[in-house]
Amino acid sequence: MTHPSDTGPAPVLALRDVSKSFGAVRALRDVSLELFAGEVHALAGENGAGKSTLIKTLAGVHRPDAGQVLLDGEPVVFHGPKDARDAGIAVIYQEPTLFPDLSIAENIYMGRQPRRALGRIDHKATHEATTALMRRLGVELDPDRPARGLSIADQQIVEIAKALSFDARVLIMDEPTAALTGSEVARLFGVVRTLRDQGAAVLFISHRLEEIFEICRRVTTLRDGARIASEPLDGMTEDDLVRRMVGRDLEELYPKQDVRPGEVALSVRRLTREGVFTDVSFDVRRGEIVGLAGLVGAGRTEVARAVFGIDRWDAGEVEVEGRRLTNGAPSTAMAAGLALVPEDRRAQGLVMDMSIERNIGLTGLRTTVKAGLVDRGAERSRSLDWALRLQVKYARIADAVSTLSGGNQQKVVLAKWLATGPKVLIVDEPTRGIDVGTKAEVHRLLSQLAADGVAVLMISSDLPEILGMADRVLVMHEGRLTAEIPRTDATEETVMAAATGRAAA
Amino acid sequence: MPESLTRAVRWDTVVGALLVVVLLLSFTTVDGFGNALNLSFLIGNTLPIALIALPMTLLVVSGEIDLSVASTAGLSGAVMGALWNQGMAIETIIPVCLLLGVVCGLVNGLLVTRLGLPSLAVTIGTLAAYRGIAQIVLGSDAVTDFPAQYLDFAAGRIGDTFVPYAFLPFLVLLAIAVVALHATPFGRSLFAIGAGEEAARFAGIRVKRQKLILFTMTGLMASLTGVFWALHYASARYDNATGLELSVIAAVLLGGIDFDGGKGTLGGAIAGVFLLGTLQNVMSLVNVSAQSQIVVTGVLLVVSVLGPRVARQTAVARAGRRAAASPPVPSKAPAPTP
Repeated sequence: MTHPSDTGPAPVLALRDVSKSFGAVRALRDVSLELFAGEVHALAGENGAGKSTLIKTLAGVHRPDAGQVLLDGEPVVFHGPKDARDAGIAVIYQEPTLFPDLSIAENIYMGRQPRRALGRIDHKATHEATTALMRRLGVELDPDRPARGLSIADQQIVEIAKALSFDARVLIMDEPTAALTGSEVARLFGVVRTLRDQGAAVLFISHRLEEIFEICRRVTTLRDGARIASEPLDGMTEDDLVRRMVGRDLEELYPKQDVRPGEVALSVRRLTREGVFTDVSFDVRRGEIVGLAGLVGAGRTEVARAVFGIDRWDAGEVEVEGRRLTNGAPSTAMAAGLALVPEDRRAQGLVMDMSIERNIGLTGLRTTVKAGLVDRGAERSRSLDWALRLQVKYARIADAVSTLSGGNQQKVVLAKWLATGPKVLIVDEPTRGIDVGTKAEVHRLLSQLAADGVAVLMISSDLPEILGMADRVLVMHEGRLTAEIPRTDATEETVMAAATGRAAA
Repeated sequence: MPESLTRAVRWDTVVGALLVVVLLLSFTTVDGFGNALNLSFLIGNTLPIALIALPMTLLVVSGEIDLSVASTAGLSGAVMGALWNQGMAIETIIPVCLLLGVVCGLVNGLLVTRLGLPSLAVTIGTLAAYRGIAQIVLGSDAVTDFPAQYLDFAAGRIGDTFVPYAFLPFLVLLAIAVVALHATPFGRSLFAIGAGEEAARFAGIRVKRQKLILFTMTGLMASLTGVFWALHYASARYDNATGLELSVIAAVLLGGIDFDGGKGTLGGAIAGVFLLGTLQNVMSLVNVSAQSQIVVTGVLLVVSVLGPRVARQTAVARAGRRAAASPPVPSKAPAPTP
């Protein structure tokens, strides 16, 4: 098989001067990108730089406001994901969505199984086709195995096989390694190289720079929705790449103040929820920001939910400022001074159809009360006050929060919890999916809160955020705390090693 | 309710206006409508719907529903008749019946909150079960010989006015319900639960407890209605109030309470109740058969679910067209105001 080169035919898939806005947010600005057959191309950029929008534009989910999508050099318009798929473009997401009760083969050929006479499904042909796909990928997976119980790595392989069965020529992989162990990453890279050698174009997204250098030949960097560069990785260093991605001093994005930690404010002792997390113990002191790192599914969010009382724990205890919390009772956790900014802003953080005023007011239903009735004046001034302090950008305080941008919605969630005057603040992915500017604001706010004596526990999958903001880093792996790393020793390597279970005990 | 979105406010205003129009039309064109006696009949016959609509509104706002209310009312009436036949004092019977309603509601609430079953399914089951128990308790008897002063209170009116005696305690209950839904932290939490149950839970709202309270209150009000029904019509039978849940739910939805929860006002719901009551009264006056009246109620139910929805979609479509030049927002939310 011959390898196409840059001087060969037109790129398989390209974007030319593509722009895309959502309301006031310009997610993409005149971005161009070329993907060639037989190359693995990296897409780098911070959270909120526009990577997701770019992927969704390629995948036919979004239509560009301006600019073109080119397929084999010809302009095309995708009216939906199906058009893109028919054109041979497949997206592999971080967390695949398979039907758990169907077999691998059935998942791959869902809705288009080979048929026998009278329209009956030809299970034998389905099985054989799947075996052939797996052989092409160089992976051994039993086609008849149900998808339930497959590791995320295996599920991704199934998704890739499904993409191949659609004759995909372009494979977009959105942070495929985020939840994988070291050996699983190695196997995935083997599959990617095989596909590349068979002539596929691969767009690879990862926050792990070493992976980009390992598998990719060229890189396109995005920052604030604009393309910074498209260039070969040969001769570049990780620092070069980071500079292009961040484009500013890290201190500015992570304005961490030095604070002398005070008394223990949150104490978690031997907390266990069966099958989810085991024997988790840690303290957070006043003035401290403690980072909680780990891979997706390591149990970080689950610990936070249990501590706050959303889920019950099976063993252990939790104290806030010396007060023992009741198992499974968020209202008593709140009364003790605990606040939780949950990971899913839209479903857990906010009632989307309710106004900004009432969303902030929800946490004050017990306090802004006069003679048993909601004190509307007090509620309004409390909401206005906190919306102003957090510089939420809105038209009217009575507007539904759904009208706000993601970053401003997140500020409303923070406002609603800060208004309770918490002693302990747990934030779960506080800056996920929000733009860089707001991200820096959130970090400044967290730092200021800690300086004012609040104990902050910050869960984040954004490693630079953990490294930039935390005084101490706790790391979870498969439901257990595996490491506690002081700020001075915390690096990508030490944290990732503990998160993937490679740390020396 | 500023945050219940302007479209919801508009809808309950529409229903209120519709009620006024229908009343005016009836006064001017329907013979025998405008006299005080008929109006007192109208109100008296609508009271059972109105009484149950109070807790039902709160329940639907919180995203739940109770279809067993008419059966609870029937059961409560049947038990009242049976106990009366056994010679128990009416002063003892009524509290017993109300307590029974509390138990009925509690059973619904526990099945929904503890076992996590959908209230639609649970209350269809108890709809059949409670009615079945009612029949076991009273058989096909009809008990009619309740004490005269109770019958007079339930069926009578104040002098020659159009106001039934029973309307006054209803007004008190209405006031309590309005305050509870629209002015207390409890009511505020119901809107949050209906519009986003998970977010409500994450805000420290005790979702299950609130729902259990609501189902229990609904059972209590349904049994009160059952007692009122038996006295008002001077007849306790196991099949009292059969099908009443249809009227209650039709009226509440007609009044702009969103079936999916989180939106609506009690004022709108009560306007819906009396709109339905007025239509039923007028249909009786012009000799529309009972069967045809049920058809009309059913059609109203469909219209009342469709009406607000169509209005909303038109609004969204209009907003979409306005934003046509700019991109669609990747959420079901309305486009950000510029």
